[in-house]
Amino acid sequence: MDEETWELRLYVAGQTVKSVTALANLKKYCEEHLSGRYRLEVIDLLQHPQLAEGDQILAIPTLVRKVPSPIRKIIGDLSNQERVLVGLDIRSGLHK
Amino acid sequence: MTAAPALPQLPKAPTGIDGLDEITNGGLPLGRPTLLCGSAGCGKTLMSVEFLVRGIQEFDEPGVLMAFEETADELAANVTSLGFDLKQLVADKKLRLDHVHVDRSEIEETGEYDLEGLFIRLGYAIDSIGAKRVVLDTIESLFSGFSNQAVLRSEIRRLFRWLKDKGVTTIITAERGEGSLTRQGLEEYVSDCVILLDNRVINQITTRRLRIVKYRGSIHGTNEYPYLITEDGISVLPVTSLKLEHEVSNEVVSTGVPGLDEMFKSRGLYRGSSTLITGTAGTAKTTLAAAFSAESCRRGERCLYFAFEESPQQLIRNMQSVGMDLQPFVEQGLLHIEASRPTLNGLEQHLVTIHKLIGQYQPRTVVIDPISNLVSVGSITEVRGMLTRLIDYLKVQGVTALFTALVSGRNANQEMTEEGVSSLVDTWIHVRDLEGIGERNRGVSILKARGMAHSNQVREFLVTEEGIRLLDVVIGPGGIVTGASRHTQYLQEQAASLAAEQEIERRERELERKRRVLEATIANLRTEFESVEEELRRSNQEEEQRHQELAQARQQIAAGHNARPGAHSAAAPANS
Repeated sequence: MDEETWELRLYVAGQTVKSVTALANLKKYCEEHLSGRYRLEVIDLLQHPQLAEGDQILAIPTLVRKVPSPIRKIIGDLSNQERVLVGLDIRSGLHK
Repeated sequence: MTAAPALPQLPKAPTGIDGLDEITNGGLPLGRPTLLCGSAGCGKTLMSVEFLVRGIQEFDEPGVLMAFEETADELAANVTSLGFDLKQLVADKKLRLDHVHVDRSEIEETGEYDLEGLFIRLGYAIDSIGAKRVVLDTIESLFSGFSNQAVLRSEIRRLFRWLKDKGVTTIITAERGEGSLTRQGLEEYVSDCVILLDNRVINQITTRRLRIVKYRGSIHGTNEYPYLITEDGISVLPVTSLKLEHEVSNEVVSTGVPGLDEMFKSRGLYRGSSTLITGTAGTAKTTLAAAFSAESCRRGERCLYFAFEESPQQLIRNMQSVGMDLQPFVEQGLLHIEASRPTLNGLEQHLVTIHKLIGQYQPRTVVIDPISNLVSVGSITEVRGMLTRLIDYLKVQGVTALFTALVSGRNANQEMTEEGVSSLVDTWIHVRDLEGIGERNRGVSILKARGMAHSNQVREFLVTEEGIRLLDVVIGPGGIVTGASRHTQYLQEQAASLAAEQEIERRERELERKRRVLEATIANLRTEFESVEEELRRSNQEEEQRHQELAQARQQIAAGHNARPGAHSAAAPANS
């Protein structure tokens, strides 16, 4: 599982404060914990509104972990590092 | 309506739902959100889906359905029974179904967020098909998905605003909360129109009711209106049409009983009027009603007969026993007998069935036999309400209606007045037992007949093998007599007339005798006269003869003694 490449998607809507904060936070955590093992895709729903339905996006910003399964979602500006790591199940992966 | 006509009315989006546009005075507020709230099983989803489908089918307004609770497939399956083909509509790009799945267990919250994603999804759905109508079912599911109430509330507020700005007519459904219209107590304040759906069970009979709680900028019906989920969708029944302005006819139709027609000055009932026949048990109410419907069929007019007591076969058989054959009319399709137990449905369901059948058969006459049985499925007030609506509906349709009602013997009149039916109908015919010395007879009288003079007599009638026959009025010493008294009276009259006849005959004979006596007397006198005449003639003849003899004798004397002519001339005058 550790060898697997993490696929993360961050849904944002334009360059709002929350979106920018979320993206910055996410990048920071990924670099710290998943360096080189992740792929981050940022989707701006203002440009691709049709993509919102697929991942059942309601809240903005939403972080979706596509791989490894199961799918997990974290909403908010990801300001709480602890919760993000727990939510993404990163920490447990590290302990292994 | 009260405002000056020059001022523009609030624009409305007709729902196309049976009856709802009538009580909302045209439909839901155009381009604004409407809240539809109610407890489970009220038909919130159904009503909103019907709003969308009717919008597409009747007004060519594409719609978006954002479902939070049911998936698109489930929704499509659920409304198939109503004849709504959601999948086809989706394929035609008239409808967009978007299932929003909210699952708290999948979502972790950290920090600030908003529901811009929802807005974008909705906006995309609206724009992709040019939707004019939107349904959000049920928005409060969001509250179970997100924990940050403050954000949700402000976001929902923003959503309503956003929907208004989009200019889409929206229905938002919500579960009913304790003591408030919605669980969150939020939606009702931000909606421009709030419709409350209610599902009540009284005496084991469920009635669904709808009430418009608020409607900004428009007048609306404020009452609770019963509605039904029928095979064709939702049907709201306005209690009464607000105006009394149906067309009236001067045409008169027969009651089917000649004698009864004659009790009305115009020889029948006005077309499009409603008639009530009340009576105690066994007073031939059904027979009268059947006669009325048979008469209608004979005129070639379709008749719809609602039998709440008898099955069609039973009714036909029973009517055959009184010389009325309804079977040919049934076969010709002129008569349709709809028999059901009153307890089969709630009152509203009955009303809808009646409405629907009337719409289907387009009858000119309708018979409901009896309306009093409906009391068993509702309280007096409800029955009155239902009957008001029914009579109203029939009048507007110009259908001649006849109802029968069973009343208990004692205070028949008061009871029907309580039910208030009497004031609704135009003609009230009362049949009753005239119980006398050891026998019962049937009497019919007209209690009221709007717009025509009528007899004030209680007419006795017989149910014979040839149908109903009204007997002539027989007035005895104590008023109108019936039954055996009538018979006695008849016998007495017969005896009296016989006696009178005999008297006349006797007098005739007397006269004859007198004439004969007179004639005999005349003959006698004539005989007497003849004999006298004869006597006189004979004596005259004798005298003549004597005279001649005397003259001859003188001539002889003169011839012999021709001496003195003077003597002869003196003697001649003496003998002449």
